[in-house]
Amino acid sequence: MNSAPSSTPRLTALDAVHRALGATMTDFAGWDMPLRYGSERDEHLAVRTRAGLFDLSHMGEITVTGPKAADLLDHALVGNIGAVAVGRARYTMICQEDGGILDDLIVYRLGEDEYMIVANASNAQTVLDALTTRASGFDAEVRDDRDAYALLAVQGPESPGILRSLTDADLDGLKYYAGLPGTVAGVPALIARTGYTGEDGFELFVDPAHAEALWQALTEAGAAVGLVPCGLSCRDTLRLEAGMPLYGNELSTALTPFDAGLGRVVKFDKTSNGGDFVGRKALEAAAERAAAAPPRKLVGLVAEGRRVPRAGYAVVAGGQVVGEVTSGAPSPTLGKPIAIAYVDASLAEPGTAGVGVDIRGSHEPYEVVALPFYKRQK
Amino acid sequence: MSNPQQLRYSKEHEWLTAAEDGVSTVGITEFAANALGDVVYVQLPGVGDTVTAGDTCGELESTKSVSDLYSPVTGEVTEINQDAVDDPSLVNSAPFAGGWLFKVRVSEEPKDLLTADEYAEFSGN
Repeated sequence: MNSAPSSTPRLTALDAVHRALGATMTDFAGWDMPLRYGSERDEHLAVRTRAGLFDLSHMGEITVTGPKAADLLDHALVGNIGAVAVGRARYTMICQEDGGILDDLIVYRLGEDEYMIVANASNAQTVLDALTTRASGFDAEVRDDRDAYALLAVQGPESPGILRSLTDADLDGLKYYAGLPGTVAGVPALIARTGYTGEDGFELFVDPAHAEALWQALTEAGAAVGLVPCGLSCRDTLRLEAGMPLYGNELSTALTPFDAGLGRVVKFDKTSNGGDFVGRKALEAAAERAAAAPPRKLVGLVAEGRRVPRAGYAVVAGGQVVGEVTSGAPSPTLGKPIAIAYVDASLAEPGTAGVGVDIRGSHEPYEVVALPFYKRQK
Repeated sequence: MSNPQQLRYSKEHEWLTAAEDGVSTVGITEFAANALGDVVYVQLPGVGDTVTAGDTCGELESTKSVSDLYSPVTGEVTEINQDAVDDPSLVNSAPFAGGWLFKVRVSEEPKDLLTADEYAEFSGN
């Protein structure tokens, strides 16, 4: 039972709310964040069956504006950002010159010349610095908006109903991976149909001064359908079941998107900047390598026993190390331990026999499955 | 959170009953169970094993972490709580009762076991 308190963790605008709710807090990327309020299993299942309310204010928002904002982002990121329609969002990545992944991002196009980028808390400064450097020569402004927003997420099958009771915004017209400005419980918000749980849900970007009022309004509106506050612990098991990568676990500067099995986010056919972007050369080479000799593949592992694989544990077959676990946890939905792991391509086929995980010296049997572990019924 | 007065406690957050016919019951405290989060896997020593005060004798696995289980005393394990092995959530729901872990015939006790009040001060609870 060790806890390593950091010197001066940052507090979100909802800090007093979390403490009043008796949350167990944890240091996360320099922020003091709620890990769980009660049982993380109950929070997880609430999101799967009803609704959960998250404080995600540690995420890093960066605004890019100007006549050449689209061109800048096409140059700086691997996706085709100029092709994103106003009001839509795109999952993408920012890479180094050598193709290594600096971060995975969601980019919202708020206007013809205005984008909002959401970076992981731990990488927000890196992304801000890279974008600022890469903006040189473009008629565009990169603005640090980390302090301008609190971020609340309502996730789960009951979330559309809860939000509908608090807003006049056209939620039916709001598709998955889209965002629109509106008002929720009287609070001006960017309402986005995005999330990291595998469920339908919304992320609400608001002025931190309004965060508490919005949290209370959502809590009251959701009470009748069983909405509960949720911490980072269940957020991790939810995204793991949904097979979504986490920076620092599945993604790192040591891997290109092709090595991570996410080569589809790299768009070589961009039209702006003559098709050039940071990392292009290295990524073309990585794409060729991946096509010729498949790298280790990201797969799902399901335990037959009850011991839980953790990040960094070796995947083994025939007494040899054939891969590494990148994320693992007991799955509340499946009722068994699950893991995401990189394994040699020859053993990555679902159903491959004889694959195990070295759990502190003992080789426990695991079934290789395709990701995700869980897909919601639409 | 209240720590039962009749128990004694280790600094590794185990509790220990007073010996009856030389046998004490061991579990982890409510403070420890809360810190772990939802316990999902319990690995206990075998009946007949000798455990040593301060040494690891099992594992407690929760959603986010795995922690060693230490024995607060030296002796021979006489019984394990199969209910807690089968349903590890008992460790969270009843750490001082149905979530007990093992029984041990005590041959030696360390001098630094804590009273309930001392443990409360030590753990801040």
